[in-house]
Amino acid sequence: MVDPSRRVDATLDLLLEDGRVAELGERIRSKAAEVVDASGLVVCPGFIDMHTHLREPGRGDKETIASGTRAAAAGGFTAVCAMPNTEPVNDSAGITRAILDRAGTEGVVRVWPIGAISKGSKGEELAEFGDLREAGCVAVSDDGRPVASAQLMRRALEYARAFGLTVIDHCEEPNLTHGFAMNEGPVATWLGLRGYPPAAETIVVERDIHLAEITAGKLHIAHLSTAGAVEAVRRGKARGIRVTAEATPHHLLLTEQLVRESAYDTATKMNPPLRSEADRVAVVEGLRDGTIDCIATDHAPHGVDDKKVEYDQAANGIVGLETAVALCLDRLVRSGVIDLPRLVAALSTNPARILGLPGGTLKPGAPADVTLLDLDRRLKVNPERFQSKGRNTPFSGWQLTGRAVLTIVGGRKVFTA
Amino acid sequence: MGGPAGFRQRRELMDAARLARTLSRIAHEIAERHPDLERTALVGVRTRGVPLARRLALLVKAAVGVSPSVGALDITLYRDDLTTIAPNPVMKATDIPFSIDGWTVILVDDVLFTGRTIRAAIDELIDFGRPARIELAVLLDRGHRELPIHADYVGKFLTTSREANVQVLLVEEDGADRVLLLERELKPAPASAAKRRKQPTKKAR
Amino acid sequence: MSGFAHRHLLGIEPLEPADIQTILDTAATLKEILERPIKKVPTLRGKTVINLFYEGSTRTRSSFEVAERVLSADSLSIATATSSVQKGETLLDTVQNLEAMKPDMIILRHQSSGAPHFLARHCRPAIVNAGDGFHEHPTQALLDALTLQEKKGKLKGLRVAIVGDIAHSRVARSNLWLLTKMGAEVVLCGPPTLIPPGIEALAPVTYRIDEAVEGADAIMMLRIQRERMSGGYFPSTREFHIRFGLSEARVRRAKKDVVILHPGPMNRGVEISSEVADGPYSVILDQVTNGVAVRMAVLYLLLGGASGAAS
Repeated sequence: MVDPSRRVDATLDLLLEDGRVAELGERIRSKAAEVVDASGLVVCPGFIDMHTHLREPGRGDKETIASGTRAAAAGGFTAVCAMPNTEPVNDSAGITRAILDRAGTEGVVRVWPIGAISKGSKGEELAEFGDLREAGCVAVSDDGRPVASAQLMRRALEYARAFGLTVIDHCEEPNLTHGFAMNEGPVATWLGLRGYPPAAETIVVERDIHLAEITAGKLHIAHLSTAGAVEAVRRGKARGIRVTAEATPHHLLLTEQLVRESAYDTATKMNPPLRSEADRVAVVEGLRDGTIDCIATDHAPHGVDDKKVEYDQAANGIVGLETAVALCLDRLVRSGVIDLPRLVAALSTNPARILGLPGGTLKPGAPADVTLLDLDRRLKVNPERFQSKGRNTPFSGWQLTGRAVLTIVGGRKVFTA
Repeated sequence: MGGPAGFRQRRELMDAARLARTLSRIAHEIAERHPDLERTALVGVRTRGVPLARRLALLVKAAVGVSPSVGALDITLYRDDLTTIAPNPVMKATDIPFSIDGWTVILVDDVLFTGRTIRAAIDELIDFGRPARIELAVLLDRGHRELPIHADYVGKFLTTSREANVQVLLVEEDGADRVLLLERELKPAPASAAKRRKQPTKKAR
Repeated sequence: MSGFAHRHLLGIEPLEPADIQTILDTAATLKEILERPIKKVPTLRGKTVINLFYEGSTRTRSSFEVAERVLSADSLSIATATSSVQKGETLLDTVQNLEAMKPDMIILRHQSSGAPHFLARHCRPAIVNAGDGFHEHPTQALLDALTLQEKKGKLKGLRVAIVGDIAHSRVARSNLWLLTKMGAEVVLCGPPTLIPPGIEALAPVTYRIDEAVEGADAIMMLRIQRERMSGGYFPSTREFHIRFGLSEARVRRAKKDVVILHPGPMNRGVEISSEVADGPYSVILDQVTNGVAVRMAVLYLLLGGASGAAS
């Protein structure tokens, strides 16, 4: 068992009862219990994806709460935080409740809605944070779009304090990224594609950190991808500012070269784009030294129509729920970049702590959300067999060693490999 | 000098002296049949038809004091899929620097086989102009025609099997004058079947 | 048959110098057909080529059409301004509908970089890139190279200046690849706002046109597109012409037998002055003939093999 929330890294038995963790110990006896033999496996507090796009309401063609949560379960996640850029945008209690309702009947894992920062995510007027919180939102974000106005971001950080909400920002200066298709740099030059300069992300991260300082708000930086952003977060934390950050598996493992190598495969197109090797290495270092707190998938399913087009016309985003854990186990833990407790913290402990979610721990009384990992089990990434409706991934065909083999939510098995 | 892969040399059909005598005879036949050489051209079919055409022109000049015009034809753009030509990666230009309207054009080639190369050459020539007549001179006619084409001047008739390869080597292209008849090399028998194979070959002997 | 082992022509970048030389040699040979009384050979008889042009271009399209007809291929041109594309049909749908006619080749000009690669991935015919976004325009670079080779005898060691909007120019990229692969020395020149990041890796950059054209064997002037003039890349066309335009005086800094290339159509008085455009150094007409020759060579090398060889 690896539970960083209590610094546990030992061989223990775990008893779950009535949807909660009942007991941990060297040898537990329980007559009526169903026994799962986890020898050779790693037992972790259930993984939580802080950044998922479930697309419902509105774009059920791309993904539904049902298919998205099945994908999460198959990937070893017991909970997902659903970004609000649905149609309509989740900027009101009514929509939040509808999502939770749906999740209650069709969802296979826990769904924590994230509400919008601004009405319609238009970046003009604040949404009703109080109502959103009461309806069940765990954070606010206009993800999909940046908060272009510094004034609005300031107000959001201040106002959110009243409700204990974290403000999650998709940091991008839109005046510098107009019409972009990939990272700005030599590869974009050769491929003849408009570029998104790394500075356009860094500038806004710096801005937000200063705003977090003057407002004493809680800031979380979504999908960090540049060395400049990592450095800004590192300095912000050193000064005691309440800033946290996440990075995606693709930004930890891939670079802009893939666009060229794949000959304009639209599975390499997302926002923020894949960056240079120097940026990638900085992001990995940020994960290692704790500057980056979490790994989140930014799972963004798209239909064929949105991806099987010319590169600059393709929608941004790739799916990630069903590949994240295996990728991290194989390419980060197995290759020695980070150790297993660090990974579990990034996938479970920290997301729960940052957003104040129940879970992320296996202490007695915690929800019975458990992820079992088999570090030696092989997985070949095959998009045709995904639970998600989205097939847009650059990892197709990758052979990975290490994956989640059992996902338990509220004491019930929701996925068995 | 090696031959095409998979072939083993079998027989030399002509040496340099024999080749020279044959060409000389063809030149004399041409001169005899065409007293008016002003409007006669020898057009060599690339690649080896070209040096042969040039040599014939010189031999005709030596015989009667007048030389026919000489041109070169590359048939790459006119061939059909079944035209067997030796590996020739780069197409070279067709060079016919005179009008052929109303002329006698004698196509010259080294080997006449299926006739497809000459068919292509005739089509191309006709796109160049309107010759009064077209004749064909070849060093060797090895039979196996697939089209109704015949040569008006033949250096030597050969009886060959279809799979054999007739190789004409010329000083201008290959450094020596020879004609070789090559046959396909038998593949060595696979090791596992070696023992079984021994019996039948013994019988063949 | 030929030494050209590629299935598509998507750009110059994937080609080896030997491939480029093969295309140029083949073009030089095929050019002779244009001098014959009957400008037609049956080589590509029975092959169907579709010219699919999403961006207007009379020059390039007619050049391809002539090349196709000389080689006796069946040719069909679709200029999308008047087609179903106007009704919102996607590129993929358009091409899949065209595939029903069993074309052997599709020649595509499109505003999105990578569009020919996209087609090559999803469709069967051979694909020739006639210009994709600001990525590449391989046949333009090849015809420029053939012109230079004719005028100068060789490409290796030539000093070539490419001037103008490098950032948005597919002609610049293709030429840069081709000339550097063939051993020429290229220098790039333009306002800093129009020089894309990372391009110094292949050729030196200067913001001073006098420096770029000094001693040049050839000068290639790129078109400034209207959008750049209003996109804040430089303050005015007047300033652009003064600082980066090719005037008679500047041309005199180059070698006496300098050759001036321009992919056309020209903005007189912006990137090039009229006297220079109409002057003796300009080789625009040669470029046009060589365009047909080079396109014939590309068609021949990709389609002219024995049936089945091209797939």
